[in-house]
This record gives sequence, structure tokens and C-alpha cells, in this order.
Amino acid sequence: MRYLPNSPAERAAMLEATGHQAIEELFAQIPEELRLRGRLNLPGPLSEPEILAFFRQAASESSREYVSLLGAGAYAHYRPVSIDALLSRGEFFTAYTPYQAEIAQGTLQAMFEFQTLMTQLTGQEVANASLYDGSTAATEAVLMALRITRRERVVVARTLHPEYREVLRTYVRHQGVEVKEIGYAASGRVNLDQLQAALERETAAVVIQSPNFFGTLEDAAPIAEIAHRSNSLLIVAITEPLSLGIVRPPAEADIVCGEAQSFGVPVAFGGPYLGFLATREKFLRQMPGRLVGQTRDSKGRRGFVLTLATREQHIRREKATSNICTNQSLCALAATIYLSLLGKRGLKALAEHNLAKAHYAAQQLCTVPGMATPFGAPYFNEFVVQVPAEGEELLAALRAEKVIGGLNLRKFYPELANHLLVCVTETVSKAAIDRTAEVCRRYYSGGLPFPACRG
Amino acid sequence: MDDRRRHSALPGEPGQAPSVAKDMENRIRQARPHVTRNEDLIFEVSSPGKSGVELPPLDVPTVCAEELLGKGLHRADVEGFPEVSELEVIRHFTRLSTWNYGVDTGLYPLGSCTMKYNPRINEVVASLEGLATDHPYTPESLTQGCLRILHEAARCLAEITGMDAVSLQPAAGAQGELTGILLIRACLADRGNPRKHILVPDSAHGTNPASATISGYEVRNIKSNARGCVDLAELDRALTEDVAGLMLTNPNTLGIFETQIREISSLVHARGGLVYMDGANMNALVGVARPADFGVDVLHLNLHKTFSTPHGGGGPGSGPVAVKRGLEPYLPVPTIEQSTDGSYRLDYDRPKSIGRVRAFYGNFGVVVRALAYILANGPEGLRQTTEDAVLNANYVMSRLQDVYELPYDQACMHECVFSDRRQAARGVRTMDIAKRLIDYGFHPYTTAFPLIVSGALMIEPTESASQAELDNFIEAMRSIAAEIEEDPPFVLKAPHTTRISRLDEATAARKPLLRWKPE
Amino acid sequence: MYPQEFLYTKEHEWIRVDESIGTIGITEYAQKELGDVVFVELPKVGDHVTAGESFGTVESVKAVSEIYSPVNGEVTAANPKVQANPEMLNADPHGEAWLIRVRLSDRREIESLMSADEYEAYIRQEKAH
Repeated sequence: MRYLPNSPAERAAMLEATGHQAIEELFAQIPEELRLRGRLNLPGPLSEPEILAFFRQAASESSREYVSLLGAGAYAHYRPVSIDALLSRGEFFTAYTPYQAEIAQGTLQAMFEFQTLMTQLTGQEVANASLYDGSTAATEAVLMALRITRRERVVVARTLHPEYREVLRTYVRHQGVEVKEIGYAASGRVNLDQLQAALERETAAVVIQSPNFFGTLEDAAPIAEIAHRSNSLLIVAITEPLSLGIVRPPAEADIVCGEAQSFGVPVAFGGPYLGFLATREKFLRQMPGRLVGQTRDSKGRRGFVLTLATREQHIRREKATSNICTNQSLCALAATIYLSLLGKRGLKALAEHNLAKAHYAAQQLCTVPGMATPFGAPYFNEFVVQVPAEGEELLAALRAEKVIGGLNLRKFYPELANHLLVCVTETVSKAAIDRTAEVCRRYYSGGLPFPACRG
Repeated sequence: MDDRRRHSALPGEPGQAPSVAKDMENRIRQARPHVTRNEDLIFEVSSPGKSGVELPPLDVPTVCAEELLGKGLHRADVEGFPEVSELEVIRHFTRLSTWNYGVDTGLYPLGSCTMKYNPRINEVVASLEGLATDHPYTPESLTQGCLRILHEAARCLAEITGMDAVSLQPAAGAQGELTGILLIRACLADRGNPRKHILVPDSAHGTNPASATISGYEVRNIKSNARGCVDLAELDRALTEDVAGLMLTNPNTLGIFETQIREISSLVHARGGLVYMDGANMNALVGVARPADFGVDVLHLNLHKTFSTPHGGGGPGSGPVAVKRGLEPYLPVPTIEQSTDGSYRLDYDRPKSIGRVRAFYGNFGVVVRALAYILANGPEGLRQTTEDAVLNANYVMSRLQDVYELPYDQACMHECVFSDRRQAARGVRTMDIAKRLIDYGFHPYTTAFPLIVSGALMIEPTESASQAELDNFIEAMRSIAAEIEEDPPFVLKAPHTTRISRLDEATAARKPLLRWKPE
Repeated sequence: MYPQEFLYTKEHEWIRVDESIGTIGITEYAQKELGDVVFVELPKVGDHVTAGESFGTVESVKAVSEIYSPVNGEVTAANPKVQANPEMLNADPHGEAWLIRVRLSDRREIESLMSADEYEAYIRQEKAH
């Protein structure tokens, strides 16, 4: 086996040094009847070319030849090649959690930079060194709010990513926490009347998303005002943080959390991604996850360490702020590199490109008879399109033209059966947008026989 | 030259005349390329007007952001954001990387973390276009390759553990634990009573009690016996009708196999509870024994430990959960199924499911890497890997037990645990020994865990250590023991050879400084 | 080392009682075992503390310790200085770095606590283990 460094002779010498005759003796503590007889029914061993061939085959059975207008919590952005060049340095990707600070300053300083970038983007005072993904970050934010307020109810916007809401329910189901959902207004934003009505004295937090699941940008200020009036916290989840390049951060929020996959992490069929959580300094001790702090060494030189570890499971065990241990460090490093490359100007310019592309696409799609954008509030790079009939048929027609035309909202919102969620990032060309609009036009004007007759 | 001198980590120390050494040190310092040793923060190397990317020309009409968003929502720019060129970014992070120690650098015997070699082919296949680029909501018919990888990986992990079904959704070990305990809860609730307590041995990792608590259970600790294993009598007493289950790490955190695991499982089952196995230490078992045969009902695996996916400086990991048939209906949604026509699909129609534990289907990119590792090894390679891992740990144990105290004196599995008792008598604790080990060019072992050993030194060499490297490590450990006899203060100030010395962790915690701010 | 006018618990707290008010802190032995104290969490004035039960925590870099009340009573003061400067607990645990003051519910409770001599004998025994 090519990964194993010892030769048969070395194995024999080592075995002898342990005072054993046969390797089986080392497994003597496993009762005979519990030992595996025979071999595992597994493929392999495969050589490197065979492994490549196997995965290349799988990679070919993919949508890589398609134009994709999918967003909904996972965003295709161009990844500068420098990211992988740096991530592939063994010192970064083969290191463990930086518990031994003296030989982990590289990871620690990069995490400190990540925390700083996230506070700058979100307008909050402190950010942690990552959580698993946006869905668990939103959930951890809620658990944090429950601890801070010592209350047991949360109000969640239905425009929070549906899968995030599912994760939240899985986590709080057994903690006696009541989750109340509120709907959206005609603008696509949170329905403030429903919010007002749902708030109670026992509400720990209000959770919204912005841009929300429909791509609509929320105005956090009035929502914060309503939430704060009943001493509830406002949690704002963000799944497309590139928006923060040109959109004012929700400074009124008490916790800003979400998914930072957009920042240099591949879409990769759903993971690994990059959860983040930022908040105000006064809530620091209730934060989940690792934190890197700046300090000095015994000779006065600046250095970085994991700090405030007493919040965490390895010390506080069942009383910890979270059970998280391993987080998404390498993804956070990717984001740090990505944001450093973009910088202030690049981030803004890229965000403007996304804004322009999405608005151009919306405009083009709306020229198709029967298609319209139903929500009036501002959006960033994602928006909802109403289509004349159930969306699945149009999507099939688009697939036939090598376009994945967005997400059918029926999947999560039965009342929006004839609505598609469309995302247009900088990776989608004008030609692809025009082609998509053209297919839609032909389809609805009866020019496309495919697939079946529309009902 | 005596043995200790030969392995002394500092040139010119001890033995050399101090003034000569000092002079040399000063001259070296003057000649040191300063900037590579003291890379500033990215914000500090920044200056206005620079960027590391250029965007292609915008091929659609430009828009006025302020107009589209409105004054209230529009942001002019992000204050304090860095502005650097591409070259500066490359140099910045390359320099930072050189301050790290990774598995690629050398032996990384961090106990319970399984710091094994991370094969390069894994990285290559995970970044293939099609695998790294498919969107999670891609229509199933267009992403059969990704679905097949998930299905095949789940099948392999089921075979390795002997279990009936696997969910790849949990993002890391701790989330696997949470998922597993939620499965137990759902199953018992279905039987009529979810019960109230989860038993956790005192040797367990901190995530165990933390995960059980989130699942709505109260944690009851049970004491280990003199062998460091679960005490059957103690377990018997603790197993009331309120106990939902037992969380057990096997081999346990002392690297010892729970020989009575069958009796333990039977006892828990007889009282109506279920058995959860923390699979963090599966590197001792793959191809040799299968948890399904132990009477385990559910376990999690750490793909970033046993299955060679990189730790990445603290993630991403992946914590698949494997269950027996009885728990399968409760697995998180969706599961990946194969239809009769051979195609793969996501199954959301699972009414008894505990729900989702994270968005989408888990850390797909990590699963790709783990499958590549399994394929590279095949059944024989995996078994040989396990044997080498266990042999390496026993080799280290046998050659250090005359200088470091072995609190549980018996053959170990994939890791061995010493105590600093003898060294503590000279005022030197496990963390100090660990810091001195850095001077010898090794990453330290795990310190002060498990908690049932006072001043633990937990050493897991993994199969990726050659005999030559282990011999160097062993000599370093012996040399440090000798140094402690002669000059404890010298060891207490270690490390001496790193870019920075020990950091003031107390001030870091008292006055937390968690982000850079402009002067 | 251990003031004669204090009484002590097995969990390494001390109490000094003047009239019906008890001042509570942790002992020199406890601060040494903890190492550098980085954070202190104390109850609010008006809270009730119960003998033998935790009323707060003291954190070092890598440990959290509960502080147990030697007596029943109502908190009349929590030392703000030690909360702002937790390192005081390492420097002067028997003096400036007292933790809380409590109005005792029943003065007789303190009779079961250890004297300075008894406490010193107790920690000698602890160290031997």
C-alpha cells in the first residue's frame, strides 16, 4: 500500500521490540468472537490512474455543460486560481486545530484576519472563526439568543431558507422551544403586521434573512425596532454575503450569521461550506465556536491564540455554549484569501456586476409575455419570476437547451407553484441570459413542442 | 558525544561557552530576512488603490446601485477592507503557512485526532469540474455522478462498520453525535418513552455530553474501573428506567478496547436503552472488527480522522452516522436511494425522520476524498493500515514506559496514554513536555486528555509514521525526560526555537482582542 | 498564610463573619490550583445563595470552577473590582479580591465550617493525594 511508510522488515523489527510474536497478539484485547473473519466487501485497491478514471467518470455525469441559474443558499462565483494554490500548501491543509500556538501561527493569524473581515462586512463587533454552514450558524444564533434572554420562544420569517428552518426545528425540538413562523408581504419582505402580532413578552429572538430566500433585501431597521420593543434580539441570516459589498449591513441586528460559501468556497454539491456568526461584544461569552485572540509572547512579540475556550465543549462539557469542535477552518482560510484578493475595490465591483447581471436578466425575462417579477422590493443577484403555468414544464424546456433555469419554488412554498427563484451571478454571460429569455419566449409562444402540452 | 547532546534541539546548547553562543545568536539575528519572519496582518500591508483581481468587462448595461437599492440600503464601501495586489496575497499567505506545522511537515502524534497522511489524489478528484461545481439543487437526472459517489461512500462505510444504513449529512463528529442521540430519542419516543438520561463515561470527549444535552437529555457520568474501562457493576447501578442510552467510545480514549462491550450492550438493551458508539477511534478497528458485531445501535465516523481527509487547520470534517435497521426510519432527510432502473435519487418521503441536521446533503467534498482513500486501499490496504497504526502505538508505548508512567499498563490499540506523574514531581507538566517536543521538530501529542489521567500524554502515531521517524520521536521523548531530571526551568521555558515563544493566554482571555482595528 | 479569623470549606472557599454579614472568597490554595484567573461570574445583589450550592464561577484559561456558598443568605454586595480585574484573585485572594457579601440566614450554620488550622491540615492531606 503506497501510503504506508514501513517495510515488512521494519514491521517485523518493531513487532519484536514490543515483545510480540505475531501482529494478531496486539489485537488480543478484542474478544475472538468480535473479530472480523474474512475480508471486507469493498472495491479496490486502485492505483492513482484508476482512481482518477473513476471520479472523472462521475464528474462527467454532471451538469457541468449547463448554464445554471441556481442560487438559493449556494452561489457559483468565479474562484481566482490563487486560492487553491495557497490552500494546497500542506502546512495549511494538513494541520490540525491550532491548539499549539507556537507552531500554528499561520492558521491563527489567518483566522484572526477572517474574524476581522467578517466584522467589517457585517458591521458587528466580534465574529467567530467559523461554524459548519449557514443553517447551523442560524441555529446556533437562536440557541445563543435563548441563553442571553433566558426565554423560550422564537419568531422566524418564512423567507428564511427553508432548509435552515428545518435544521432549527431539529435542534430546538427537544428543548421546549416554540418556533413561530411569519409570512411575507406583497413586496417580498417580512410582513411587519404579522411580526408585530407574533411577538410576545417571552420571545427571545426574531430571525430574518437578507437578502431573503426570494432574493429580496430586507430593511432591518423597522424590524429591529419592533423586536427590541419587546426586548427580543434580532438575528439576521445572510446566505449571499457578497451583497455586503454594496448593501448596508444590518447594523441594528444583535447577531448576524449565515453562509460565506460565496467567498471562494466551491459549490461542491452542498458542502463543505462556511458558517459564520458575528455579534456585539457584550454577548461575547455566549458565542458558540472557536475564537482567535491577539496577545504577546514572553518576549513581547505579537502572536495569536485560541481564546475564551472555557465556553467550549472540551472544558465546559454539558454546559458548553455549543457542541461544535471541528469547524470549517480551511474554508475560512479560502474566504480570507478570496476577500484579500478582491479587496475593497474588487468586492464592490464584483457586487455591482452581480447586481447588474441579475437586473438585466430580470428585465429580459419580463419581456416574455406572462412572465413577471411579483415582488417589488430591491434585490441583489437573485429574484423571483412568476411564470404563466406550473414552473416545472418550463424548467424541462430550458434543460433541453442546456439551461438549469432556477429553482421551482413549489418545492418549499406550495402557494408559489408557478414561481421560479432565479440567481444570476457574474459567471452567467449576457449571451446565456439572452438565450434563456429566448427559450422562455419560444416556449410560451408555442414555438417549442417540448415537453408535453401545457395545462 | 553522549546520547542527549546528539539530540539536543538547540545548536550550541548546552556545553558551548555562553558568550560565543550569544554572539553567534546576535549575528544570526542581524542577518535574518526580517520580513518573512514578521509578516504583518493583511490590513497592515494594505494601501489604497490596489486590488488582487481584475474583473472581465461587464457585458450587460451598468446600473446605478444607489438608485436600485435606495439610499437607505446602499453601502459606499467596506471600511478597513484590505487593498493588496495578487503577489502580496500569495506572499502573505505563503509566509503564514511556513509558521504552521502539518502532517506533511512531520510526525503529528496528536492523540484521538488520527493525523494521518492526506493523499494528494483526494484533493485532485474533489476539485474536478462537475464534482466541485454541481449545485445541490441540480435536477437529479443531471447530477447522477455526485449522487452515485454519495451512495457508494455510504455503502462502503456501512460495510466497514457492519451497520445497515448510513447518513452522510452530519458536518463533523460532534454533529454526528447529536444526530445519533436524536435517532435514539426518536426511536425510544416511538416505542412510547424517550426517557431522560444519557450515560457517558468519565473518559469521554467533551463533545459527548455537550451533544447529549442539545438532544434534550440530562447527562449522567459513569466512573471507569481500574482498567480504564466501563465498570459493569457501576453501569448496572446507573441503568435505571430513565436511561435512554450509553455513549461509548471504543477503543476508549485511553486507547483500550472495551473487552466487555458485548456484555455492556446486552445490559443496556435489557434495560430498554440503546448503545451509541463514538467512532473517533475507528482507525484501530477498520478491517479487523465491526461495531455492528459489538451490539452497537448507532455510531458516527470521523472522515477527517479514519478516512484521511485533511484536518485543514480545524475542519472541514465530516461525521457520517451508521445505524442498525431499527433506527433507519429516523435518519435525517434526505437519504440517497438507488431506483430499480439503477439511477440515484434523493428520498424526502421519510415521515419518521428526525429532520435535517444541516442544509443540503453533508460535506460532499469531504466524502469524495474519503471514498478515494477507501478505493486506494481496498480491503487489504485498510486492514494493513489498521495493523500498522496499532503496531506503531504499541512500539512507542513499549519504548517509553520506562521513563514515563503508564497509568493503565496493558497493550494498547491505536494510541497510548502516559501520565506526567514522574516529571510533575520535578515541576514539569505534560504541556511543558509538549512545548519542548516542538524544539525537537515534532508536533506535540494531546495534552491533559483524557481527564481521568492526571497530566495525560496521549500519543497516536497513526500508520503514517515510519520506524525511523518513531525512533527519532522516542529518542526526543527520552531526551526530554533526561533534561527534566537535570534542568527543569529550561524545559519550562520551551519552546526555544520557534518564531514566537509561549504566549500570554491569560491576558488574551482577560482583555479579548478579537479583530484588527486601525490605529 | 490562612487568616485565623476566617472559616473554610472543603471546596476551598473562606468566609469572614461580622455580625450578620459574611464576606466570602476563595482561598490561596484554590487560586494556586486554578492558575491565572481570567474571568469571574458573581450573583447580583438581592440574589439568594444556598449553603453547599454554586453561586458563581471562576475561570482560568483552561478551566471553569464553580464557587460554592458556605452559608444560606442574601447577597448584599458583589465585588465589582474583582469582576473588572480578575487577576486580583491571584494576587490577593484573602483580601482585596473577596467575591460577595451575604446577609446570613442563620449564624449557627458557620459552626460546621473548618478553622484555619483544620483547613491547613485538610489541604496538607489533599496535596498528599
